[in-house]
Amino acid sequence: MIGIIDYKAGNAPSVLSAVTHLGYDAELVNTPDRLLEMSHIIIPGVGSAGATMNSLKELNLVDAIKTAVLDYKALFLGVCVGMQILFDYSEEEDTDCFGFLPGKVVCFDRSKVRVPQMGWNKVCFKKGVGYEARDGYFYFVNSYHAVPEDEGHIWGVSEYDGLFAAAVCKENIFGTQFHIEKSGEAGLKLLNGFLSLKRGDASC
Amino acid sequence: MLTKRLIACFDVIGDRVTKAVKFQDNIDVGPAEELAKIMYDEQIDELLFYDITASAEKRKINIDMVKRVAKCVFIPFAVGGGIKNLSDMHEVLKAGAEKISIDSMAVRNPSIIAEGARAFGSQCIILSTQVKRVEKSDKIPSGYEVYIDGARVATGMDAIEWIRRGQELGAGEICINSIDNDGTVSGYDINLMKMASEAVSVPLIASGGAGKPGHLKELFTQTAAQAAIISSMLYSPRLERNYKVAELKEYLMGENIPVRPPVA
Repeated sequence: MIGIIDYKAGNAPSVLSAVTHLGYDAELVNTPDRLLEMSHIIIPGVGSAGATMNSLKELNLVDAIKTAVLDYKALFLGVCVGMQILFDYSEEEDTDCFGFLPGKVVCFDRSKVRVPQMGWNKVCFKKGVGYEARDGYFYFVNSYHAVPEDEGHIWGVSEYDGLFAAAVCKENIFGTQFHIEKSGEAGLKLLNGFLSLKRGDASC
Repeated sequence: MLTKRLIACFDVIGDRVTKAVKFQDNIDVGPAEELAKIMYDEQIDELLFYDITASAEKRKINIDMVKRVAKCVFIPFAVGGGIKNLSDMHEVLKAGAEKISIDSMAVRNPSIIAEGARAFGSQCIILSTQVKRVEKSDKIPSGYEVYIDGARVATGMDAIEWIRRGQELGAGEICINSIDNDGTVSGYDINLMKMASEAVSVPLIASGGAGKPGHLKELFTQTAAQAAIISSMLYSPRLERNYKVAELKEYLMGENIPVRPPVA
């Protein structure tokens, strides 16, 4: 079963409609017990890293997410802020995050570019993840971006104030800084690839 | 590289799209959901729906329409009209919209911008404003005045001051609608957009006046606008010739303006 984490600030309904449009059964999840039954988990992102971590704490989902990801090896996809909280730490509101991927999250350089980045940007994919990801244009809305410590975790790159990690992947853990659910047919294709993976398929 | 966005804007009455000239004489174009799907298939970058009578009729926006649109288009879309408070915003976002556009309501109650930005993030809040050219004065030094309620009511506020304040309050994007140029197909108000570009650093959307592809080039090369609203060009039955999204993008690519290229 595919679970989409439904927390206060997230846009879970939009992600759900993209997933069901692709022909998959999915449900919105906001309890630890149900979360642990999922083969695929998507955490949508809207808003700030601090608010997202607080919502997850309020729902008592932090430990369940860790168990699902690290012990059960559920296929996990973090979108936008959902990708940022995969890292150790975010400078946004000085927030401690999950630390599934080593690295931190920093703000774009306001002296170089308009912040937030808002719109369609090109993503080039760097490595295989168990399915084919095609370079293309995806929809971003972000002021902050991840800086992975291990470059091997960078799945796709994009350019704004410089090159930045637009998508990351480590084993069963995936993240897209862009809104995969709002990136037109390119986003739907990429999402379909993730949903079609079986536990143990991901090879990155 | 971040690309320039083309946004199709729909003035909705009930659940049908209409087209006006200078905010008046709306004629029917078709059902909102159907047009949204056509625009999605044509690879427009974003959609914007204004429920143009919701505010005046003191009723809420058509949430069912928002939900139906969210089920068939997978690009960002914003909704505006009749949004008064956080609970209205929440309802629209839960229905599947990414962004909320506030206009007249923000003039009446500017704190709604800050409250919305705090609750849902700045990226959700578009401050949209209707602007008309006037004599420069002490009160309106830029020579552009803010109007509300379908361009019917002058506010005495300076438009450039207002967008600066909107950014401070937390608006994540600012959409500037030129009342003088709306539906005239004579081009965007470039002077206005230049002044706005200098005044704020959040992304700017220009609206009002686009009638041919060259108008987009003017906007994107002469101002810092990141997005352009096009509607007459796409579907106005009043225009002799409508354009496909792909046609506009190919033109812009030929002019070295970065856009999301159409994919076959």
